[in-house]
Amino acid sequence: MFPKGTKRKFSDPVEEPASSGDQGPAAPPAAARTLSSSYSLQRQSLLDMSLIKLQLCHMLVEPNLCRSVLIANTVRQIQEEMTQDGTWQIMTQALAAAQCPADRLVATEVLCRQTETGAQPGQSPKPFPVVGLEEGYHSEEVVMEGEVETEVTMSPQLSTNSYLAGPFGMGPCWDEEDDDGDCEEEEEEEEDSEECMSEGDDADRDHLSADSRTGDQVFGTFEIKHPAPPPDPALEELFSDVDPSYYDLDTVLTGMQSTPKMGPYDLLESLSSHTPTALSSSSSCRSDLNELDHIMEIIVGS
Amino acid sequence: MGEVAESPKINHTFLRDYVTEADVISTVEFNQTGDLLATGDKGGRVVIFQRESESKGELEETGENVDSGEYNVYSTFQSHEPDFDYLKSLEIEEKINKIRWLPQQNAAHFLLSTNDKTIKLWKVSERDKRPEGYNLKDEEGRLKDISTITSLQVPVLKPTDLMVEVRPRRVFANGHTYHVNSISVNSDGETYLSADDLRINMWHLGITDRSFNIVDIKPTNMEDLTEVITAAEFHPHHCHLFVYSSSKGTLRLCDMRASALCDKHTKLFEEPEDPGNRSFFSEIISSVSDVKFSHNGRYLLTRDYLTAKVWDLNMEKGPVETYQVHEYLRSKLCSLYENDCIFDKFECVWNSSDSVIMTGAYNSFFRMFDRETGRGVTLEAWRESSKPRAVLRTRRVYTGGKRRRGDVGVDSLDFTKKILHMAWHPSENIIAIAATNNLYIFQDRVNPDTQTQ
Repeated sequence: MFPKGTKRKFSDPVEEPASSGDQGPAAPPAAARTLSSSYSLQRQSLLDMSLIKLQLCHMLVEPNLCRSVLIANTVRQIQEEMTQDGTWQIMTQALAAAQCPADRLVATEVLCRQTETGAQPGQSPKPFPVVGLEEGYHSEEVVMEGEVETEVTMSPQLSTNSYLAGPFGMGPCWDEEDDDGDCEEEEEEEEDSEECMSEGDDADRDHLSADSRTGDQVFGTFEIKHPAPPPDPALEELFSDVDPSYYDLDTVLTGMQSTPKMGPYDLLESLSSHTPTALSSSSSCRSDLNELDHIMEIIVGS
Repeated sequence: MGEVAESPKINHTFLRDYVTEADVISTVEFNQTGDLLATGDKGGRVVIFQRESESKGELEETGENVDSGEYNVYSTFQSHEPDFDYLKSLEIEEKINKIRWLPQQNAAHFLLSTNDKTIKLWKVSERDKRPEGYNLKDEEGRLKDISTITSLQVPVLKPTDLMVEVRPRRVFANGHTYHVNSISVNSDGETYLSADDLRINMWHLGITDRSFNIVDIKPTNMEDLTEVITAAEFHPHHCHLFVYSSSKGTLRLCDMRASALCDKHTKLFEEPEDPGNRSFFSEIISSVSDVKFSHNGRYLLTRDYLTAKVWDLNMEKGPVETYQVHEYLRSKLCSLYENDCIFDKFECVWNSSDSVIMTGAYNSFFRMFDRETGRGVTLEAWRESSKPRAVLRTRRVYTGGKRRRGDVGVDSLDFTKKILHMAWHPSENIIAIAATNNLYIFQDRVNPDTQTQ
């Protein structure tokens, strides 16, 4: 798809397919086959981005409900569209087939589960330099070609800088308090995907048969797990003091609403079974951050 | 437009572009006469500016240089402190979300200020005299030795330096589970409303332990939540009418005479979606960030991410006017979503005659639209490109065609410099623009008073 070594520039073609848009409810499943690869790539990126945003509600102050609702609606919209054109099923089958032993974001897991096929062997992405990847995230393209088999290609990881094509001249504007958490979270994701890439060579393409699953079942099987500890020793050292359970979904949910659950977040539901220690360690982590803020205030001298 | 007067904030020359988070201005509001201008910031402080009285008429006639009405700091006070919700283990920010002045009834001024959870009523009063000549106390207030008192005197009021006292008179707490985004004083002078993401309450200014819930859009199952309230305002003349906007781009006009709980709107204002422009971001950019009644009460002004719209209260099917604030951002929505700028909430304001509307944008730009001609102009609130008393020149964002000198490319826009908060003087052409931690006040010297056109 892309010649080896070419860095893909970010353009914003999400708007373009809309005009050619026959991705509406009337589109038959076969339309997925003709789905522009760039459109589905963008859509997948958007889904990843939205999931990350939903998780990374930071926990010192109650997150903005309006923003959360708008992001959740976007996720729902993408999910509906993907269900209609059949792409959703592929993702969930990949998920079902996945036997990734380490804890990690399922979004990450699904995406890096399938590596590029034998079609272009020279295409496996090289790891990007760590520095540039501060707040980048990877994307994967799921393309259906042919009648039965599906071919999945892995696109190179994108750093934020290339994603924005440098025009804005700045990184994403997270809230100040988010900075530490977000950078680290996504760094760890980068590591996850790199790790997965090596594992995924054994991924079983046969599992991607066109199975039928309802959107609900599918959505419900998504789990958000702990980010995996980074394999790179340098990175490990860098993040040795980060408590991964801080990004646990329980803490997200606690913060988001007074009620424990928040939909459409069936996506987030299954977490409750996950880490019993989450809450206590997250609250201690929170108090650590409070202390950090306090110390920063003293240093700044306000 | 004329001069620039700037309020000095903390001097950070040693940290060039560093802005103290607490100094970021989060709301700006003139009082009903325009003599007072209040700003609230993220640190929970309120700063009130007062306009210097205009020079006397005879001075103007003699052609002397008049110092016409600059705004100077009148009073500063800490309105809200950071708080902690022990039940949820979350901090409550002290940031002032909104300030609204009450109509003046006596010598004192009253204003309402709110953070995410608590609304407070403040009394601002002046003291410029003090009693002197007490019998039992000396000048410093110490009790006199009775044996030294030989005669009685009547204390006299003597003028002193002006002192401005600000005291909290009411605290309206525990009314909101979600974050308060709007407050609006009713034209009846006795009540006001406060709106959070899911509910709107009506309070009486004198009663702090009770409020009436007038709108509740919280679903039984929070998983079904898809829409939140983004802003609300009372009608300027009809005390029974108010409007609230939603994250789905709808406006609802409610009549409190219809029922106690106004979940059912009297009128629903919604523009049908343009199928040609449909994208994953359509809903997000349609979310209304601010709604304001016109002064005459016949129109509504709303701001969504890319446009400002004027609605006629008598026509629900769509706005009567739409103004493109920064249409060139439409192709950048994905990036703006990634860096969260797409969630920025811009305010919008009317001028006193409802003939001009104004709203903010990025890169320290703000836009003004003349409703008569439909034309818009871009201005900049940035210290380094305008000196005090210099004429503001218009700016332009280059979007194609012939490029002029001074045009700014879309890719060079600074998205950290956003103009979210602003206010327009109630009767004159004076505007107050909040640019991060700086306040800019612009006056129109050519047409200082608004003329009805």
